[in-house]
Amino acid sequence: MRIQAEHLSYTYNAGSPFASAALKDVSLTVEEGEFFGIIGHTGSGKSTFVQHLNALLRVPTSLRKYRKKRKDPPSNTVLKVGDFDLTNKKTDFNALRSKVGMVMQYPEYQLFAETVFDDVAFGYKNFAPEKPTKEQIENAVRDALTIVGLDFDEVKEMSPFDLSGGQKRRVAIAGVIVTKPEILVLDEPAAGLDPLGKQEIMELLHRLHSSWCRTVIIVSHDMDEIAENCTRVAVFSDGEVKYVLPPKELFTHSEELLSLGLDVPLTAKICLALKKYGIDLKCDFTTEDFLKQTLALAGKGVKE
Amino acid sequence: MKDVAFGQYYPTKSFVHNLDPRLKIVFLIAYIVAIFLAANFVGLACCLVVLMLAIGLSRVPVIRVFKAIKGILFLIIFTTLLNLLFYNGETVYAEWWIFTITKEGILFSAFLVVRLILLITCSSLLTYTTTPVALTDGIESLLYPLTWIKFPVRELAQIMSIALRYIPILIDETERIMNAQKARGANFETGGLMSRVKAVIPVLIPLLLSSFRRAEELGDAMEARCYTGGKKRTKYKKLRFTWRDLLAFLLIAALIAAVVLAKVYLGATV
Amino acid sequence: MRDMNAIEFENVSFSYEEGGTFAIKNLNFAVEEGEFLAVLGHNGSGKSTLARLSNGLLEADSGVIRVFGEQLTEKNLFDIRKQVGIVFQSPDNQTVASIVEDDIAFGAENIALPREEIGKRIDFALHAVGMEEYRHATVSRLSGGQKQRIAIAGVLAVMPKVLILDESTAMLDPRGRREIIDCVTRLNKEQGITVVLITHFMEEALRASRAIVMNRGEIVMQGAPSDIFERHEELLTYNLTLPLIGRICRDLRAGGMPVTDTLDVDRLAKEIASCVSKQST
Repeated sequence: MRIQAEHLSYTYNAGSPFASAALKDVSLTVEEGEFFGIIGHTGSGKSTFVQHLNALLRVPTSLRKYRKKRKDPPSNTVLKVGDFDLTNKKTDFNALRSKVGMVMQYPEYQLFAETVFDDVAFGYKNFAPEKPTKEQIENAVRDALTIVGLDFDEVKEMSPFDLSGGQKRRVAIAGVIVTKPEILVLDEPAAGLDPLGKQEIMELLHRLHSSWCRTVIIVSHDMDEIAENCTRVAVFSDGEVKYVLPPKELFTHSEELLSLGLDVPLTAKICLALKKYGIDLKCDFTTEDFLKQTLALAGKGVKE
Repeated sequence: MKDVAFGQYYPTKSFVHNLDPRLKIVFLIAYIVAIFLAANFVGLACCLVVLMLAIGLSRVPVIRVFKAIKGILFLIIFTTLLNLLFYNGETVYAEWWIFTITKEGILFSAFLVVRLILLITCSSLLTYTTTPVALTDGIESLLYPLTWIKFPVRELAQIMSIALRYIPILIDETERIMNAQKARGANFETGGLMSRVKAVIPVLIPLLLSSFRRAEELGDAMEARCYTGGKKRTKYKKLRFTWRDLLAFLLIAALIAAVVLAKVYLGATV
Repeated sequence: MRDMNAIEFENVSFSYEEGGTFAIKNLNFAVEEGEFLAVLGHNGSGKSTLARLSNGLLEADSGVIRVFGEQLTEKNLFDIRKQVGIVFQSPDNQTVASIVEDDIAFGAENIALPREEIGKRIDFALHAVGMEEYRHATVSRLSGGQKQRIAIAGVLAVMPKVLILDESTAMLDPRGRREIIDCVTRLNKEQGITVVLITHFMEEALRASRAIVMNRGEIVMQGAPSDIFERHEELLTYNLTLPLIGRICRDLRAGGMPVTDTLDVDRLAKEIASCVSKQST
């Protein structure tokens, strides 16, 4: 499924003294199969944007609403996820949500059921078009728990609240991907985890990307993570999209990114520092390529 | 979002904003007394004039203040209809089945509507012009005499102040959890009563757990900052009276006098 | 007694459940006055328990804890807490008031300071964290990093001699983390406040004068941060990873480029540059 947004705007508390424009005429396309990164500060509009993707925030549809807010209706707003037209209020949003999984920040805080099994099954039961059989549910939950790296038989009867932090997060992710969504959106999936936990989550995302979820979108502050994993990156700032580029090209704009107050990957920082010594190192900003290019530059060759 | 949802404080600088919160509370009570003392439309008109003056001085848009009525519109319509149709008056205009519309009924309903509207708007003016924090300070200060009978006023104020700090956070959190469960197919909008009650559980439990977690962490943080309960604490903020407070006091006193005079010389409408 | 230890643990053990596994196991260690100590360890290694024991939020099962030479008991808890302040993890769960200055006043009110003194303390604390212009701001409108700086200011208002940051950066974005680390580094240098920084971000330990690594309630490594990072194989066994820059240095060396271990970007660039220019001449 392809995500296509054109001229998308959104204002919180429109018409009140607290009104704030979160998205200003954003156009962005995410192709099927991408591992897409979204970066930007808190309040840059990135969360507002991703919440549109499974209709947690709606594109205002009725003209009346616009007149009330004394605004012209954006006749040209387009928001499509696959065949779902999100500007049409007759769209089956429930079906959309089963296809677009959304993992919020600190998803472990949304766990609620008595057992891990029930919590993971929650989404599956909600989205099933007809009442699923016990067997179907069990299979789905087993698959979901297995792919996030947990032992189904070991954890199914446990209370999700008795698990460790990293395990809780994986259960929460299992609860989202249990419907095998084609698009998976994650807001800061590794926030608050220690380095090892982070690594595990990134491995899990690649596992999902190569199996269930054709498209993965991550919102992240960790530029090393972005440079290492993403096919393309969108930079949000002040409700607008400043860049949409592959990391390889994006981080050649390191100075601009830093001036926006954003971070850049370590490799880009080193490249920037090297410029002072008259060395223009070309690499795609992954650690692997950085090492390769640096060693090549020094004529050391590369050990394959 | 959270700012609108709670407190409705309208941030600006004005005469009314700058009044001492304690006095504002006292004035509100005095104003409400005036509304109830007013026995005829002249008295109510005086109240309205004072209210409009206060709104003008507060720099809060008039429409915003009166929007507060929306919340109790149903109540107003309901009581008005009830009085209009059932009031036992003498001059009967119309009669149908068990309903009678009388001159007195119309007057009384109209009187009641004005009273209710004044009541709501003046209260909302207080919350529009006073930050929740100042309000808490004011209440604490007004209740201070109760410490004589060992009533834990300071602890109560502490609880209120913490509640004010955390209510917006919890509203935000509720929204976040609801979104998370919606994304997992939870349905809060349709369905019968039972299914709606059931739909709340996936929101309520995480919310409760997170509140407990917050409470625990906050407790630790407070203790680490040497909190041991209300004893032996000092207080940084002190409220001070200014010329504005005196002016407002005179205005309210004049209002009560006017209302009482109107009652004595013009008699009661109802 | 110029070299008095700020905090001293002597054979301290603690477990959350009676008979359960030890969160802190027979621990001996000391924080010197005026130092900047980093405490590293993966989640659940006991490092947060260490913080809570240090100012009596938790009571040790056995062993002795001393703060500036004085043994921590139930009686002097209040006085000890005046000397050891803790900033916690969540920016949202440690403020008690909605307005910045009211929150900072809280600790000073608790130790019953007179009003004028509280005002001075607020000035001092806001200045120390570089947030003077936010005195009357609403806490909920601040960024995560700013909220944590307010939390630090709230602790500073009590004027503790030791400041413990219990994973205070874990929930922040990179900018917020930088703000906090810069802030405590300055406090340590300029105000002479002893800082104990508990974290699992290895990069943050760089500013510290000394680092200890905890695992299963015990101290398993200690020394200068750069020395600890050199022992990367060992770090891995404690579920810690080398900071990325450390890994890059190591891999460059493995590829035959003679760079020394450094955690400073500019220095690494300089070394790479000199290797490259040697090659070309």
